[in-house]
Amino acid sequence: MAACAWSVSTAMCSLRASQGKHNRFLSTSLLRLASGADSGQTPKFKPPTKPVILDKSDTEIPVRRFVSPEFIPPRQRTNPLKFALERKDMLKRRTMLKIPEFYVGSILAVTMSDPHASEKTNRFVGICIQRSGNGLGATFILIIDGQGVEICYELYNPRIQQVEVLKMEKRLDDNLLYLRDALPEYSTVDVNMKPVPSSISGEVHLNALKVRMKPKPWSKCWERPKYNVQGIRFDLRLSPEKMEEAQKWAQPWLEYDMLKEYVILSSMEDIHWREVQEETCK
Amino acid sequence: MALVRRVGVALTQILRLPQHCTFSVSASAAAIQKMTRVRVVDNSTLGTTYHHRAPKVIHVYNKTGQGKVGDRVLLAIKGQKKKALIVGHKMPGDRMAPRFDSNNVVLIEDNGNPTGTRIKVPIPTHLRKKEGEYSKVLAIAHRFV
Repeated sequence: MAACAWSVSTAMCSLRASQGKHNRFLSTSLLRLASGADSGQTPKFKPPTKPVILDKSDTEIPVRRFVSPEFIPPRQRTNPLKFALERKDMLKRRTMLKIPEFYVGSILAVTMSDPHASEKTNRFVGICIQRSGNGLGATFILIIDGQGVEICYELYNPRIQQVEVLKMEKRLDDNLLYLRDALPEYSTVDVNMKPVPSSISGEVHLNALKVRMKPKPWSKCWERPKYNVQGIRFDLRLSPEKMEEAQKWAQPWLEYDMLKEYVILSSMEDIHWREVQEETCK
Repeated sequence: MALVRRVGVALTQILRLPQHCTFSVSASAAAIQKMTRVRVVDNSTLGTTYHHRAPKVIHVYNKTGQGKVGDRVLLAIKGQKKKALIVGHKMPGDRMAPRFDSNNVVLIEDNGNPTGTRIKVPIPTHLRKKEGEYSKVLAIAHRFV
């Protein structure tokens, strides 16, 4: 015991000598061992303070800015006043109904009032396969399989009571209408699904799932370049010759057609973002 | 001899084909009209047993000839004539109303009572507008969308 105490105290001395330089290497357990050896009884245990971990990288990512696509007016000769009035109505509706951020490929649950249903409401869970329309007429389609059912919802319809995002994710394509022709497992959703939490900052999770299709008579020739589908395993259903044949419909000159170009400027998104913020802050 | 054997092999292959058709049985962009092949979705023996010829609509009981949800049709099914009720079609209808992947019908008797005792697929809720006429059909449905 004495030999042990002596060795510890010498170690302490050597440590104290170098304390100025290597302060952080000083072990507290060694100090406690030394003091315990001096007094002859074990000191009362003091729990160390709980460390507060500040993740500085986390605070730097701002909250994701999302402008719903129906706010962006189409490029046409219609009087812009029409779109301005529609946007005003949309914002007014958004004060009553919380329309969350969602993308094509997200799993949604929509509750709408239904005079014919038994509880006067109707809840439908499905994958969003398309968002279309702008202004008040914006729609999105949910698909669910089993017996394939899809419903086209109007986003600003007063019958809609609640829109819930159960799982927020994006897919490889902006339009998933090909899920109609895919195997049913890809459009099957659990009706009693619990919402999966997602962060409000950073990028949206991209689900790089490639689906397998039913045999060929499809509702559309998805292999054609017009659709530019990324999310289908064509190699399982179509021979390379067929895929090459589909390229006959390619129109590679269209991307150089400046008249068809409609760039959604970030300044436009800025305007709508500010509009939404002002309306929600009121 | 070889030719006979080959024909026999081809015949057996045809007979071994699965029950579901690999070709599309109904046009997606049309409502139900005469000669539309439909799918019977109740559990009546007439509708569930396999027959080499799919049930076809031979008449639609309305003024336009285009059958939508809630319309009555006359089917040619297994060599018989039988009335049926449309409970879902491929053609997109109104917004906020479901669209199905197949043209579904339920077999009914002449007085409106269902032939089967169970409906396997979801039924659109706006069929309840005709509650008085088809209350027995709605009673055997177990899911609504």
